[in-house]
Amino acid sequence: MKKMMSTGLAAALVLSMAACGGNSTGSATADTGSAGGQSTAADAQSTASSAEGATAEFVIGGMGPLTGSAASYGISVKQGSEIAIKEINEAGGVNVGGTVYSLKLEFADDEATEDKAVSAYNSLMDKNIQALVGATTTGCCMAIADLTMADNLLVVTPSGSGVDCVKNPNAFRICFTDTLQGNTLAEFAMNDMGVKNVAVLYSNSSDYGTGIKDGVVSKVEELGGTVVAEEAFGDADVDFNSQLTKIKGTDAEVIIVCGYYQAATYITKQAADMGLDIPFLGSDGWDGVLGTVTDASTVEGAIFLSSFFSADTQENVANFVSEYEAAYNATPDQFAADAYDAVYVVKAAMEKAGSIESDAMIAAMTEISVDGLTGDGISFTPEGEPNKGAKFIQIKDGAYTVYGSDSADASAADESAASETAAADESAAE
Amino acid sequence: MKHKKYQKLLINVIIAVLIYALVMMAIQFGWIGRQFLSMIVPVCTNVMLAVSLCLIVGFLGELTLGHAAFMSVGAYSGALVTLNVPLPSWLALALGLVIGGVTAALAGVIIGVPVLRLRGDYLAIVTLGFGEIIKSIFNTLGITGGAGGLSGIPMLTTYRNFTLVFILMLIVIVVVANLVNSRQGRAICAIRDNYIAAEAAGIKISKYKVMAFVISAFFAGVAGVIYAHNISILKPGNFDYNQSIEFLVMVVLGGMGSIRGSIIAAVILTLLPEVLRGVADYRMLVYSIVLIAMMLFNNSALKAKLVARKNMRKSTEVSKEA
Repeated sequence: MKKMMSTGLAAALVLSMAACGGNSTGSATADTGSAGGQSTAADAQSTASSAEGATAEFVIGGMGPLTGSAASYGISVKQGSEIAIKEINEAGGVNVGGTVYSLKLEFADDEATEDKAVSAYNSLMDKNIQALVGATTTGCCMAIADLTMADNLLVVTPSGSGVDCVKNPNAFRICFTDTLQGNTLAEFAMNDMGVKNVAVLYSNSSDYGTGIKDGVVSKVEELGGTVVAEEAFGDADVDFNSQLTKIKGTDAEVIIVCGYYQAATYITKQAADMGLDIPFLGSDGWDGVLGTVTDASTVEGAIFLSSFFSADTQENVANFVSEYEAAYNATPDQFAADAYDAVYVVKAAMEKAGSIESDAMIAAMTEISVDGLTGDGISFTPEGEPNKGAKFIQIKDGAYTVYGSDSADASAADESAASETAAADESAAE
Repeated sequence: MKHKKYQKLLINVIIAVLIYALVMMAIQFGWIGRQFLSMIVPVCTNVMLAVSLCLIVGFLGELTLGHAAFMSVGAYSGALVTLNVPLPSWLALALGLVIGGVTAALAGVIIGVPVLRLRGDYLAIVTLGFGEIIKSIFNTLGITGGAGGLSGIPMLTTYRNFTLVFILMLIVIVVVANLVNSRQGRAICAIRDNYIAAEAAGIKISKYKVMAFVISAFFAGVAGVIYAHNISILKPGNFDYNQSIEFLVMVVLGGMGSIRGSIIAAVILTLLPEVLRGVADYRMLVYSIVLIAMMLFNNSALKAKLVARKNMRKSTEVSKEA
């Protein structure tokens, strides 16, 4: 008992000494008697006083899975936002109404599970974040949606594609929703490729595949086309002969594949073996397909939608890719690019608002336009959806090229696709 | 002897009241940050889950890997009640708690009856399969929202309603503790200690096995309802066998068959990942190392020595009193 008491006393002593230390750096007149509360108040005072100086700090929170099965997404988001923040700070920070802010990232691991997301978000709020880039996955976005609303915090999710991620007025997203992506693919097929009969091959293992499929089907029917085949597959499937045979028996003019590149690899190979000579159109999960095909001629001419394309020759993209490779020794993916854009969007909102008050920044979100990696002139609807052009990538001579980049005619078509995306966006928002 | 019993009860009550008062004051006066405020309810639900699992693993002596499935059954049915029943939120929550518990208990019967013949590893595999089945059902049913899950569940059991959650947690602990010390509890322990001898002594093994399963599942279901109304979103993927194993770890770490141990282990294992956020990239690594270290300590000669010394002191006190 005596031992315990002495330990307790020693602990109390250490604590009070720590409190003294905190106070002496803060204000000289602080009362050393009350421990925790006083020292944090002093800390807050010292940051407030430095805010009036030349540079102040603006803390951006980030959230994503850094451990667990979805860790690669969170790591990409973290690294993408780190690059953006480093760039902004090196360029002199953010000028908001005369005060220059340097940005700081606080990133929390949410393991892509909802309960961890709530505590991760609260741990970020303990660090006094002033805007949030996250969460990375749809479930986590939804778990914190109402909490961020109650805190009136500006939220920009790089990659939460579920419809309800941005249901609150304080939340915005950089990526397309699955439905919108489907709509865009359908429009491209009908308007740019000029086809009427569409076959859809989709992954039913996730919301991703089924969401895009629903978008394609509804848009094709709306535009007066016919969906001649709707075939499902699982993400782990390797044999697609039965689905492809069915499609071969129809008068399909294009096959829209909603799934990831692993499946696309098998599908294109087996279609070529079967002598199925119909063009392929893919969702953004196709990015990386050239790395897995054994014979590039099987995917020759295939087109897929992608908001970010790491081999793009556009200057800002090339810069980002080389910086990212130098820093992390890896090629950035779409998640990294989305996060990079999200940080720049927050910066633009701060500048437009001329203030770092959440209300002003949220109001400014609909007025900004950002030239990002995932699209030029990204702007936002009040519903939180992005207006940006979709990029289509075509595989030509065994390499990725931006679709229509070599003729003026095609670039006009590209523009019309972009404006249609915006229109589709509005209709999706309604 | 009677005096001693009341003294023990009094100590337990004082501990409970102290913990309650401390947490309430921490909430009221803002002693702890938001991160730990949001951990209060998860700690309580994990304590409930660990204590209820302790009944099966610690006292009945059976290994089950389906506890997260019972929890998910309770969570989904409770959430569906509060989402769809047009009642004032408090009544709906009360109804949700009861229905969540009862459906989970029904699931306990469903899993309990057919696996009566199985013991040990075989039972563990069957409960593992049961958990996967439940997960697939929630993944395909329309009413549970499929892979996207349920969202927008009213947040009725957050830390602001700590009193309610704390009372429910106490009920679970008291019921399990009393059950273990009752006639039924002794029968359950007898089955664990010697299956054949218990049967020979006239204990109906099947009855008590199902009883343990049903009670455990009921409380897991109630904990699930609280979980659902704390984070407001449910996804089938969160209730996989990893989650069951996490509960099992709590019980094993607490020393199987010790309710107090399960409680302490549940609190530590829930808070540890949050406390370790400071070490960033090494968080899960440090967590695993701490887990290994604690397990080693639990089985070490050092701990045995400490326990022996404590018991010796107790016995000398008793002999002095006598």
